Amino acid sequence: MADAEGVKHRQGDSPIEVRFRGGGFAPRSRRWVGVAVFVVLIALIQWGTETGWISALTLPKPTDVLATFGQLWESGLLFKHLQPSLTRLVIGAALGASTGIAIGVLIGLFSYVRAGLVPLVAAIFPIPKIALLPLFVIWFGIDEGSKYALIAFGTFTPTVVATYGAVDNVDRSLIRMGQSFGLSWSSIVRKIVLPGAMPGILSGLRISLAIAIILLVAAEMLGAEYGIGAYILEAGSLYDLERLFAGVVILSLLGVLVSAIIGLIERRLLGWRI
Amino acid sequence: MDIRLDAISHHYGATEVLRNISLDIPAGEIVCLVGPSGCGKSTLLRFIGGLERPESGRVLQLGTPPEGSLNPLTFVFQDFALLPWRTVKGNISLVLEDHGIRGARAKAIIDDVLNRTRLADFADALPKQLSGGMKQRVAIARALAVNPAVMLMDEPLSALDAQTRELLLDDLVSLWTRQPFTAVYVTHNLAEAVRLGHTIVVLSRRPGRIREIVSIETPIDQRRAGDPVCQQKHDLLWELMREEARAADEELIDG
Repeated sequence: MADAEGVKHRQGDSPIEVRFRGGGFAPRSRRWVGVAVFVVLIALIQWGTETGWISALTLPKPTDVLATFGQLWESGLLFKHLQPSLTRLVIGAALGASTGIAIGVLIGLFSYVRAGLVPLVAAIFPIPKIALLPLFVIWFGIDEGSKYALIAFGTFTPTVVATYGAVDNVDRSLIRMGQSFGLSWSSIVRKIVLPGAMPGILSGLRISLAIAIILLVAAEMLGAEYGIGAYILEAGSLYDLERLFAGVVILSLLGVLVSAIIGLIERRLLGWRI
Repeated sequence: MDIRLDAISHHYGATEVLRNISLDIPAGEIVCLVGPSGCGKSTLLRFIGGLERPESGRVLQLGTPPEGSLNPLTFVFQDFALLPWRTVKGNISLVLEDHGIRGARAKAIIDDVLNRTRLADFADALPKQLSGGMKQRVAIARALAVNPAVMLMDEPLSALDAQTRELLLDDLVSLWTRQPFTAVYVTHNLAEAVRLGHTIVVLSRRPGRIREIVSIETPIDQRRAGDPVCQQKHDLLWELMREEARAADEELIDG
């Protein structure tokens, strides 16, 4: 200590303020930045297409896409396409997610189920479900059945993996506590394991539902007259970029909507988190 | 209801953790288990509570638990083990629901235990809103709600800061004074042991054996920090443990 004092005096330096090196690594809500990114990007594309810097074959004019969207709305075709797609999405995703959660919880709870099904799920997960569409058409018919099956199958595997991971991550000390108070097995599962796994299950659903939207287009490749996917595929095969992009925008909006709904559920159900 | 430990021994893999422990825990008294870290005192507590099974030896209940005891052997954990998604009230009703106690009957019990632990104003708070000391008081209230015959306390104050620990220690003393309960209290803190224990069981380092049983005659509501008898017992315990604690500290962890 005395030495340090001595050094300071000898050098006779003026005091230097300690450099701040903390902070950061703490995400904060910056609501409008996301919107700003979209606006800037679209404005850039608009400017590029107007000036010819981006050729009409590369990207359509955003205003043209908007106009196509307007026509879709006015002609009532939008809802004609949206209604069957949403039905397929809701039924398929609900089937896939609910069986996925059920199987995932069983894997998390029972060692035999885990030993038997984890390798199977790992084998199914990487299969591109689109490749199985012809098979589903044979199994479930060219009507709605094959479409539900494809979407359900695609949401099932990621939901299973997220769910059993979430069950594995439930604080064992809470389960031990339940046992120490003599709670029945079913009470422990219902009141400790399931609520404890809920954060993991919901964040898994975010991914599986996005995959469901992706598969919607694939499901409508065969035997669909109406549907967002069918609309996009038709526009694509005609190289009608305005309509293609109008369809893609609808899918994106759907994704944002689903994500917002899950965010809402999380805020309601997971308010207890720190 | 008394508890008797009959020649308990246990291994974890190749490591012998407990050797031939025989001990009586009389009703209405607090028995403190102290010992160097890794001596198996928490393991012993889990044996008493039936959360783990000893390799040899038995844990016996002598006599029947008192009338109305929902869960005769009840734990209080070091990490509180509260469900973060339930309120204070909900955490207590959790342990009543399985016994079919709901509605007005549950409310009466919950109000009673919250009053006894001075938590009545926080019934609707979530655990994340509470301080460590309050969380542990909720855990104690939850334990009281099932009217235990024996409380099994696994380092209940170790996760708390020194001041909170002191306050909660006073709370435990006044809880016991108002209504004596039986408890097995595992701790590594000798000051807690001499404040609360009628008997203090000193375990040796691994494999844990009973080295010494020290009893303190002073009634626990008359013990104060710095009390000569307590201080003398504290020093005696520390003398017993010092070398072993050092050796345990310098031991390599297997695996």
